[in-house]
Amino acid sequence: MSAPLSSIATTKRVVLFTMVSFITVIIMQSFKTETSLKNDDTKPVKDSIGSVKAFMSVYKVLMSPRCMNCHPSGEAPLQGDDSHIHTMNIKRGTDGKGMYAARCSNCHQNENTAGLHMPPGNPKWGLPPAKMKMVFQGRTPHQLALQILDPKQNGGRTKAQLIDHMANDELVGWGWHPGDGRTLPPMSRSAFVAQVKLWIAKGAYAPSAN
Amino acid sequence: MISLNVNGKQHQIDADPNMPLLWAIRDILGLTGTKYGCGAAQCGACTVHMNGEAVRSCVTKLNRAAGQQIVTIEGLSANNNHPLQLAWNELNVPQCGYCQSGQLMSAAVLLRENLNPTDQDIDDAMSGNICRCGTYQRIRAAIHKAAHIQQEAAKI
Ligand code: FES
Ligand code: FES
Repeated sequence: MSAPLSSIATTKRVVLFTMVSFITVIIMQSFKTETSLKNDDTKPVKDSIGSVKAFMSVYKVLMSPRCMNCHPSGEAPLQGDDSHIHTMNIKRGTDGKGMYAARCSNCHQNENTAGLHMPPGNPKWGLPPAKMKMVFQGRTPHQLALQILDPKQNGGRTKAQLIDHMANDELVGWGWHPGDGRTLPPMSRSAFVAQVKLWIAKGAYAPSAN
Repeated sequence: MISLNVNGKQHQIDADPNMPLLWAIRDILGLTGTKYGCGAAQCGACTVHMNGEAVRSCVTKLNRAAGQQIVTIEGLSANNNHPLQLAWNELNVPQCGYCQSGQLMSAAVLLRENLNPTDQDIDDAMSGNICRCGTYQRIRAAIHKAAHIQQEAAKI
């Protein structure tokens, strides 16, 4: 009798030990998962305050005449540091490159024409097309942030493509090489791109509506 | 040497690639129908066609025009019989005439792309061509007339 009894006791101990170990491992695992999530620095830390702050810098650049003049609320581009409506009744047209005898590249060359009040230029000179106007003029920070993030309004761009557009597009880059007599945006292009990246990395939050 | 095709003729020009096309057209090729008004893309007097678009030759450099199809007022039609030229004649559009070759070259692009332009279309196409004599109302009437001539000709 004693042998079977002791064998049962041993079995019980083994089962108990196994269960305790199993539960311990599960608990440890769960902690471990938590910890590795927190320490994984490839995952961005969301920070709505930092994100909004970065966007406000981005917004200042986008609303500067060098950017906003070709993102008007109407059909005509704007001109100059006072963003007056383009003389000569110039209009966007369907492709954003003007209409009939008033196509952008009829006056705007591949490069800035030298001299004060001469046409600035770039191979891609033009406005956003009629079907995707990407208006900056008159937009609040809240509205502009949401608009920029919306692929239906931003030319179908993902966040990575947005960063690439701001960092590498040559017409965007013209803003920092505007030719004679035109003021620059309020920060360098690299500083601007850093703020765009920060805005998105911290969660791409839009400033509040009010 | 820069190779220029103007009114269907090939020319080899010995000039600075930064020279404005207008200079080459007038001073080197001797085609003086195209005028110099402002030199700053502000008036339209220097308008010529480059690959069918109404470019301003005062700000278009030779290195952009090289190898492209350039048409000046002298090449708009074989016998001065473009519908616009017929209408211009009929309505006596020009006053001093200085702006008129530019006006015609701009209007030709409008009429090619829009067979029956409205007043609004004319405004959209032509507002960048300045006329110091103020012949705007006659230009408008003549473009309507030319559209009519063009439509009638298409019926025959
Ligand atoms: S001379 Fe070229 S636009 Fe005035
Ligand atoms: S007819 Fe004189 S400038 Fe137009």
